Amino acid sequence: MSHSVELAGIGMTFGTTRAVSDVTFKVAAGEFFSILGPSGCGKTTILRMIAGFIEPTEGRVLIGERDMAGLGPDQRPTAMIFQSLALFPLMSVRDNIAFGLEARGMSRPERRAKADDLLRLIALEGYGDRMSGELSGGQRQRVAIARALAVEPGVLLLDEPLSALDLKLRQHMRAELRALQKRTGVTFIYITHDQSEALAMSDRVAVMSDGLLQQVASPRALYDNPATPFVARFVGETNAIPGRIIQVQDGHARIDTALGSLTGRAGHGAQAGQPGTIYIRPEALMPGGTENTLTAGIERVDFEGSFALVHGRFDGGEALAASIPSTRLAEAPEPGSRASFGFAPGHAVVLGDG
Amino acid sequence: MGELKNRFGPGLSTIFVTLVIFWLAGMVLAPNLMMIDYALRPNLPPQALGGPEDTYSLANILYLAGEPTHRAIFFKTIWASALVAGVTFLVCYPIAFWLAQRATTGQLAVAMLLIIIPFFINEVLRTLAWFIILAYRGPLNSALMNIGLIDAPIRWQGDGGVLAAMVYAYILFMLLPIYNAIESLEKAQIEAARDLGAPTWRIHTRVVIPHAKAGIATGFVFTFMLAAGSYVAPALLGSPGSRWFTEIIYNWFFEGGDWNRGAAYALVLLVLCLAVVLVTLKLVRVNLTDVAK
Amino acid sequence: MRAESILRAMMALYLGVFVLYLFAPLVIMGAAAFNESRFPTVIPWQGTTLEWFSAMWADAAMWRSLWTSVLIAVAVVVIVVPVGTAAALVLTSLHARARGVAYAVMVSPLLTPGVVIGISTLILWRQLGVGGGIFLIVLAQSTFIISYVMLMVMARLQRFDRTQEEAALGLGASRMMVFRRVLLPFLRPALLASGGLAVLQSIENYNTTLFVRGFETPLTVFIATKVRTGLTPAVNALALIIILATVIGAIAYEIARRRKAA
Repeated sequence: MSHSVELAGIGMTFGTTRAVSDVTFKVAAGEFFSILGPSGCGKTTILRMIAGFIEPTEGRVLIGERDMAGLGPDQRPTAMIFQSLALFPLMSVRDNIAFGLEARGMSRPERRAKADDLLRLIALEGYGDRMSGELSGGQRQRVAIARALAVEPGVLLLDEPLSALDLKLRQHMRAELRALQKRTGVTFIYITHDQSEALAMSDRVAVMSDGLLQQVASPRALYDNPATPFVARFVGETNAIPGRIIQVQDGHARIDTALGSLTGRAGHGAQAGQPGTIYIRPEALMPGGTENTLTAGIERVDFEGSFALVHGRFDGGEALAASIPSTRLAEAPEPGSRASFGFAPGHAVVLGDG
Repeated sequence: MGELKNRFGPGLSTIFVTLVIFWLAGMVLAPNLMMIDYALRPNLPPQALGGPEDTYSLANILYLAGEPTHRAIFFKTIWASALVAGVTFLVCYPIAFWLAQRATTGQLAVAMLLIIIPFFINEVLRTLAWFIILAYRGPLNSALMNIGLIDAPIRWQGDGGVLAAMVYAYILFMLLPIYNAIESLEKAQIEAARDLGAPTWRIHTRVVIPHAKAGIATGFVFTFMLAAGSYVAPALLGSPGSRWFTEIIYNWFFEGGDWNRGAAYALVLLVLCLAVVLVTLKLVRVNLTDVAK
Repeated sequence: MRAESILRAMMALYLGVFVLYLFAPLVIMGAAAFNESRFPTVIPWQGTTLEWFSAMWADAAMWRSLWTSVLIAVAVVVIVVPVGTAAALVLTSLHARARGVAYAVMVSPLLTPGVVIGISTLILWRQLGVGGGIFLIVLAQSTFIISYVMLMVMARLQRFDRTQEEAALGLGASRMMVFRRVLLPFLRPALLASGGLAVLQSIENYNTTLFVRGFETPLTVFIATKVRTGLTPAVNALALIIILATVIGAIAYEIARRRKAA
């Protein structure tokens, strides 16, 4: 059983600080939904409002179409996984997992049976009698998930649960979380500041900045069609060149920049005569391209394995980042030289400033 | 209070708050207020209570200022308590330094246990031990006469005996705060000072002691307060010529039969101790929170 | 490096003298319990005897005072542990400014001379028609022992991860269950330790007890009175037993603590 979650114009003010303003979105039942943003953007506040640890100062939270106003965390069909995991250190793994069942008054043998089922689900069979402190980081992670799933929540809330793990384990746990979500069908709302985590796992992502919702979209759409300058810069790397938009036609926009006139897809707020910026992804820049040519001074070329990153400065002064696949490494320009790049108009987007 | 209720629910938080109020209002504030009330009123027979003579005045406190013997004992208690704190500091500092900076983990564990054990033992018993050692025909005098340091026994009972027993009794209260403070000093700082050519005493006066200032102040404050408020040591080891302020207070209550004057004297002692605590902490800029480790 | 080694030798010597200073009084006091001399001393040694132990054992007044002390200590523990814990919990839930004031009031009993606590308690309760006795002894001792408990529980609370409480709430536990299953087990070591400390503090207290004792004679008062009215080595025999019990207790506690830490 999984639930939809709807935020209707919620806001949160702590004293004089505005943590979250007028956020509205709806998460479908069974969806893997991420909230992405830099630290302090209000994403954890939103999660805690959904869980019921704090009440929003404005707006409503609906879970499974039901208004949650006035209901505490113990009365909501949600379960949360904390950044610190918050496993109970003085209880065995089994007691940790069965804690929510104990709270619901389930009998001891039933609790035990269900906890053992969950231990099997997370592939920790036979670990039930250990103390949580005796487990490795990844195992603790899985116990925290099992503990939350034990109460059969309609919505699972995850607050950067992977941030304490090392890179390798983190990548492994991503896949495992995703698989677990598909298997259980529970709605996941996942908080992270790591964009690759959000893009890799989620069905849809909400991007937040300074307490404001920037965009809600699928990972692909977020990357290709950022709705705001913030999203364009925050999600993935980008080359941003400011100028004045001179023409918008057939979904394309032409913009006059210090490097000449460039064309990209017309995005949000692109209006002729207005100041705007063209955003070009590093992989869209081709050395020696003939369309939309730009020249830049090359400072260094970092070989990263499957590709090389070319760093430098455009003639207008903006930073250049271009990625060249290793298979075409021969075309990469030399550090210290000047080189020209081109890009296809479909691989760049023009947004209005402000 | 909202936070408390939010965390523990209405039932538990009501119980908690009730218990705390019972303690702070009933056991801390009310007795002290009543003591102040007593201190400011004259000692009257029951039938005169509430009568025209039953007025507030500073007479009981002024009595202390006007009575030369009591006044002398009061000031003596102050400087003797300060002396106790000073001697205790001198005894403890080298040990605290060694424990914090020189001892290995094993040595530290054993030494700590050795130091703490005597302090699990009753203050009365510890004073009794000194009573036996310092007896006129006791072991200390015999030992000193045997090695030829003195020709006739010394009467230790009196100021000397009180000082010895108090220093012994309050070592831990000086040692632990200083140890905690020095322990947080990076070893590299001492090594750096030595590397720069500072002699040992200068390392202590310029590096270690300034760093341990808060701990030293805490030790002083506690030792002073315990010494000034002590009754056992002066009662058992004192002599008629070495009376302590607490003994005067005791007499007002149980021999002089003037509780009002006794309350006034107790109030003076309380104010003195609190003043010493607050002034010392202010001087070294230490927070009350850091005092009670 | 010669100066260095001289310093080192001096430090070692001082350490030795210090340990001697700590233990010689206790050893001498204990040894005097075996001396036949009527006054407790080790010089001159008039012969070894165990008679003072049987004299102590036969002293009904001693047993009465021991019983009084135990009774008081039990009552004190029953009061101070819950109240001290409540105080620590209330304090951590207060906002910064109120917390500072409340904290100052809560530690003030530790900065108040023991005699003053005894006196003020005595005065208040006389107004209410209650005289010195076990009830007032328990109350007066608890006044400052609660502060110790509060500090010990606070120290433990500071290492508590509050998200554990939220996790438990989020899993559907009631606030009562969160307190009972999550917070209390976490505080258990501090509660036990502060209970032990409270017993010691209560049994060893003299300054406060003296003023509120009424006609009761707890152990410390019993010993102090003996010193003034007729000290015999029977008191030393009692002292030795108390010392041994305390030392064994302290070592056992330390071993248990280390085993747990390891």
